[in-house]
Amino acid sequence: MPRALVTVLALCLSFAFAPVARAQQSDLQSVLQDNQDAVANPSRSTVNEVIDALVASGLPGVAEFLSRWQEREVVVREEDGLFFYVEDDQLIDIATGEAAGPVPDDGIDEVRPNGGVRRELAGALVQFQLSSPDIAERRAALDAISGDMSADQIEPLAASIEDEPSARIAARKQRLLAMLTARFGEDTEARVEAIRQITNGVSVELRGVLNQILTTSDEVSETVPEDVNVARTYVPGEDMSLDAAYSELVERDLAPPRVSDADIYAALTQNIADGAVGGVPVEELSDPARRIDAYEALAAEGTVPGFVGPDDMAAAVDAYSFYAIYDEPDPAVTDAARAALDGVETRVGLSEAADLSLDALSLASIYFLAAIGLAVTFGVMGVINMAHGEFIMMGAYTGYVVQSLVPNYTISIILALPLAFAVTFALGVAMERLVIRWLYHRPLETLLATFGISIALQQLAKNIFGTQARPFTAPDWLAGSMVVSDVISISFVRIAIFVLGLFFLGLLLFILKRTRLGLEVRAVTQNPRMAASMGINSERINMLTFGLGSGIAGIAGVAIGLYAQVTSEMGSNYIVQSFMTVVVGGVGNVWGTLAGATLIGFLQKGIEWFNPSNTLAAQTFMILFIILFIQFRPRGIVALKGRAAGD
Amino acid sequence: MRALPSSVPWFLGILGLVVLAVTVMSEAVGTGLISTSFLKVLGMTLCFCLAALAMDVVWGYCGILSLGHMAFFGLGGYAIGMWLMYARTEIIVAANLAGRAIPPTEAELRDAIGSQIFGVVGASDFPWVWGFAHSLPLQLAMVVVVPGLIALVFGWLAFRSRVTGVYLSILTQAMTLALSLWFFQNDSGLRGNNGLSGLQNIPGFLDAPQAAVALAFFLASALALALGYVFFAWVVSGKMGSVIRAIRDDEARVRFLGYPVEGFKLFVFTLTAIVAGIAGALYYPQAGIINPGEMAPIASIYLAVWVAIGGRGRLYGAVIGAAFVSLVSTWFTGGGAPDIDLGFYRVDWVDWWLVLLGVSFVLVTIFAPKGLGGLVDLWTERRGRDRHGADLGPDQGALREREAGE
Amino acid sequence: MSGSTRLLEVSGVSVTFDGFRAINNLSFAIGPAEMRAVIGPNGAGKTTFMDIVTGKTRPDTGRVIWGDENISLIGMSEARIARAGIGRKFQRPTVFEEQSVRDNLTMALKADRGPFKVLFWKPSAEERAKVEDIADTIGLAGQLDRTSGELSHGQKQWLEIGMLLAQDPQLLLVDEPAAGMTPAEREHTTDLLKSLAKHHAVVVVEHDMEFVRRLDCKVTVLHEGSVLAEGSIDHVTKNQEVIDVYLGR
Repeated sequence: MPRALVTVLALCLSFAFAPVARAQQSDLQSVLQDNQDAVANPSRSTVNEVIDALVASGLPGVAEFLSRWQEREVVVREEDGLFFYVEDDQLIDIATGEAAGPVPDDGIDEVRPNGGVRRELAGALVQFQLSSPDIAERRAALDAISGDMSADQIEPLAASIEDEPSARIAARKQRLLAMLTARFGEDTEARVEAIRQITNGVSVELRGVLNQILTTSDEVSETVPEDVNVARTYVPGEDMSLDAAYSELVERDLAPPRVSDADIYAALTQNIADGAVGGVPVEELSDPARRIDAYEALAAEGTVPGFVGPDDMAAAVDAYSFYAIYDEPDPAVTDAARAALDGVETRVGLSEAADLSLDALSLASIYFLAAIGLAVTFGVMGVINMAHGEFIMMGAYTGYVVQSLVPNYTISIILALPLAFAVTFALGVAMERLVIRWLYHRPLETLLATFGISIALQQLAKNIFGTQARPFTAPDWLAGSMVVSDVISISFVRIAIFVLGLFFLGLLLFILKRTRLGLEVRAVTQNPRMAASMGINSERINMLTFGLGSGIAGIAGVAIGLYAQVTSEMGSNYIVQSFMTVVVGGVGNVWGTLAGATLIGFLQKGIEWFNPSNTLAAQTFMILFIILFIQFRPRGIVALKGRAAGD
Repeated sequence: MRALPSSVPWFLGILGLVVLAVTVMSEAVGTGLISTSFLKVLGMTLCFCLAALAMDVVWGYCGILSLGHMAFFGLGGYAIGMWLMYARTEIIVAANLAGRAIPPTEAELRDAIGSQIFGVVGASDFPWVWGFAHSLPLQLAMVVVVPGLIALVFGWLAFRSRVTGVYLSILTQAMTLALSLWFFQNDSGLRGNNGLSGLQNIPGFLDAPQAAVALAFFLASALALALGYVFFAWVVSGKMGSVIRAIRDDEARVRFLGYPVEGFKLFVFTLTAIVAGIAGALYYPQAGIINPGEMAPIASIYLAVWVAIGGRGRLYGAVIGAAFVSLVSTWFTGGGAPDIDLGFYRVDWVDWWLVLLGVSFVLVTIFAPKGLGGLVDLWTERRGRDRHGADLGPDQGALREREAGE
Repeated sequence: MSGSTRLLEVSGVSVTFDGFRAINNLSFAIGPAEMRAVIGPNGAGKTTFMDIVTGKTRPDTGRVIWGDENISLIGMSEARIARAGIGRKFQRPTVFEEQSVRDNLTMALKADRGPFKVLFWKPSAEERAKVEDIADTIGLAGQLDRTSGELSHGQKQWLEIGMLLAQDPQLLLVDEPAAGMTPAEREHTTDLLKSLAKHHAVVVVEHDMEFVRRLDCKVTVLHEGSVLAEGSIDHVTKNQEVIDVYLGR
């Protein structure tokens, strides 16, 4: 694999410099001709001379030649001793890289370097790459080493460090060298020291190195030998099942194979004679115990192999020890690696927790965005809006429509946000005027009427946009992820949603606490009659509040549409969670919604972490938790107290 | 026995006439004017009516807008469906294994049934929830026990923390969502989103024509509806009805009269959940298939919609609403309604029916809170005190404030 | 302090709503056959006091001891307190407007309150007679089958008093029983309350001084959540503090 990579790199390099090569006085072919015999019939004793000569020539095609030589793609023409590459049955001129006619039927000898020569060549190649003047090539070489480590890389890598001009790459080389040393070093102390050096961070590379040192293989023998590096021993029945232990024995031919139910069945069916098998009438064979009787009778006749019962199995397993040994024989090294890996895994765990927290935070901000509009209408006006999810959907479809009209993703998203707000604001106001106004003080009926609107809107969207998911794509600058380490990363869309959530938190707090509208809204919430008597037009306030809540839902829809699919049913995916957020947080309070969203976001991610394969179960458990939570805080986290809360 | 409301004989009479007419027109014993598939639709509609009755008692009478009764309906369906599927598979598997040289062991039989049933979700072992599936009596008990127990535990938790009104509705909706998500999982052992199928084949009557089976289930559903009507009419009359309606109107006041309000709510919630479960157990053998989607929260909301359109707070209203809306819905979505050509656009009712339903539901809520049942008032001239829109008297606001606090 | 002389004893009770101290170290006691009027300006804590006794509001500190067996009422549910023998009539008449007068009274009638007992409950002849009796007492004898929502405001007040009678509690907490009544109705109410007080403990919360005077009983004046003065109506109306905070205005 790395060799192939190196070859490719070398190819690129030689093509890039091809014109220059031609211009030079002495070309590659002539250098090779100087060492014709050593090239054509390479041996370990002569190959280094050739390599030195090639390196000394400083020609750009050297790397390619070395790799092709190693890959046995070089041929020699008998008549003049010239060397060519072979590609698709074509001879290729080594110096120019141009085709030099088809490969003739004879007169051509393959150059066949043996294993030892090829190793020397590989080392030279690596060194060649590692000292390349092109920094990208050096990086690529290091990546190649990191991807497939081997002992023979130590020397060239160590040799290349001294002359490394870039401090960063030098450090990387040092680290890689330490990793190589840890895995393949000669003496124990150096390896333990190397392990100590490399053990920081949580990179996949580091974990790979440590795990490679710690590979084990399972062994079985009558007693555990003294001279092996035992990783752990297994107690059958505790660490491994009796069945598994016995299977190990069978695999190693230490015990007779088990007779499965299917085997018994097959044996019995083959040996039916006169309506009976082994003296047991066929009718009785529906009883498993009778089947075994019959089988044992057959076994006693010698017709079939012996039956292995549970007792036989236990006895066989008892006679052996089951254990795992490290492939690395040196216990000092494995101990050091084990300790190092434990430390790394602790850090990985912490990083995973941090990553999970980031995930949870972004989920929380999505829930917050989805729920905050609901909190405004539910909390301030006591109106349950079952169509809230459909407002989210309308916002997302607005984004889709804008994007299909304005192809520039950045501009379209900037246009979509206010437009989605406007569309859903208008829709919200219309709904309040036409429907909800008539149903104040009948909250349960409001719930059902808004549900009617919800199914109508959903079906309407289906009729207009179809049932398949519509794309709403984030611009490139939102497409990537912020990578903190191999474990921690978060996508920019999620960061944007988080920022949007913070923005709306701030905006709502500002509107409610610092503006005239907010003052009037709070007045209407706390005492509608008093507010009305003070000249506040509560109808207007209700209308605006409802519009605001719906408008925010629209913007949430744009944000959610960026990372989820835009479908007519997307709203219903969020509605229950949004309600839960509001209820858990405490009604009528922006901070409550924030607390609710945070709790639910972290809870869901936390449960998913325990059982990552099953997000459905996570949601089930989350809802159960919420039902229990309501037991202890029926009015939510941030609850209004006393008479003001009403009963 | 106290006197039942006058609607009971009327209801039983009309139901009896409908049953008689349908039986006469059925394929099995009559003229065949009604196809077997439509007979099944009618039978299923009767089951919906029974569920709607339960919904009306819990919501219209006791004031608990439960968004979970269709989940109980589904639980009842799953309970009976497990037996149907097990027993039928057992028959098929036994027939297959009978051809073998050696009679099968019980374990082999069970494994074969298991891999037959759970093959679709890549499993073959019986999960613990199927522990009773081999036994009809036990599984019939589950029809009652499972919805009842879940309603009891959930209700106890919800009512004791005094969650009321829309909060309670949302909480019941969350419960429903949790249940349906649990059923959606392959791990929970109920075949995930495949659900249970082949339920129309009744073990023991596998050779009977579907026409006869459908008629039998139709009659059974009608009988269950009649019994349910009489039973609920008895429950909501007399002092019990008085107390639960009082709880709906002013639960705090009922507490000060010394009634354990939570106990009454729990009683009603659990009782209606059980009836919904029974309705589901009759429904799904007619539907033939059940999957977790049918337990999703939206199904329960539709149940509330039926009751609201029919007119809550009166038992026949719930029946009228469920029958009317579900039959009309079948007519529209089944392509029965003619398309309307507007010239520039062709209204295809399969696509537009839900829009129509949503809008008409909003209109009914605003303009006809009494629903279709209100028409019966017009007919019987028992209008009494229709104060709709007028003040409730000198102490205006008492009722409205009470509702606002719900 | 023995149970025979004190039916209800409230001592050192305080309750705070969002920093507002609605009841402040309130102590109050009433005997088994005693009438007591509680007066005080708005916000004095009269309704909160009743809320505490009936279990609607849980006090932060203090004790509420009830009956011969000295049961603590704190932490008991409203329904259990009501079953223990405390009846309450609300300031605004709260009857079940969609149900008939008979249903309202039957519901209040002293009987087992468990759901299953209620489900299978059938009125005995005696119980029917009692409902008729009470209807007679409250002047609604001819209106038993009317829907109570149709009754006049005063009739609703009467119905609620009737429900209290049907409940047959040991202690009656009556909040502004005469509000919205005609003078004749008021007089009738006074007589009824007085006759009740012969066998029951009755606490009347009232604004109307004339009405209180006619009740002719011991008066407790509440102010800012605690007892300002206690004694006969003449005694408290002469109290300078009472005049300052309440009557003087």
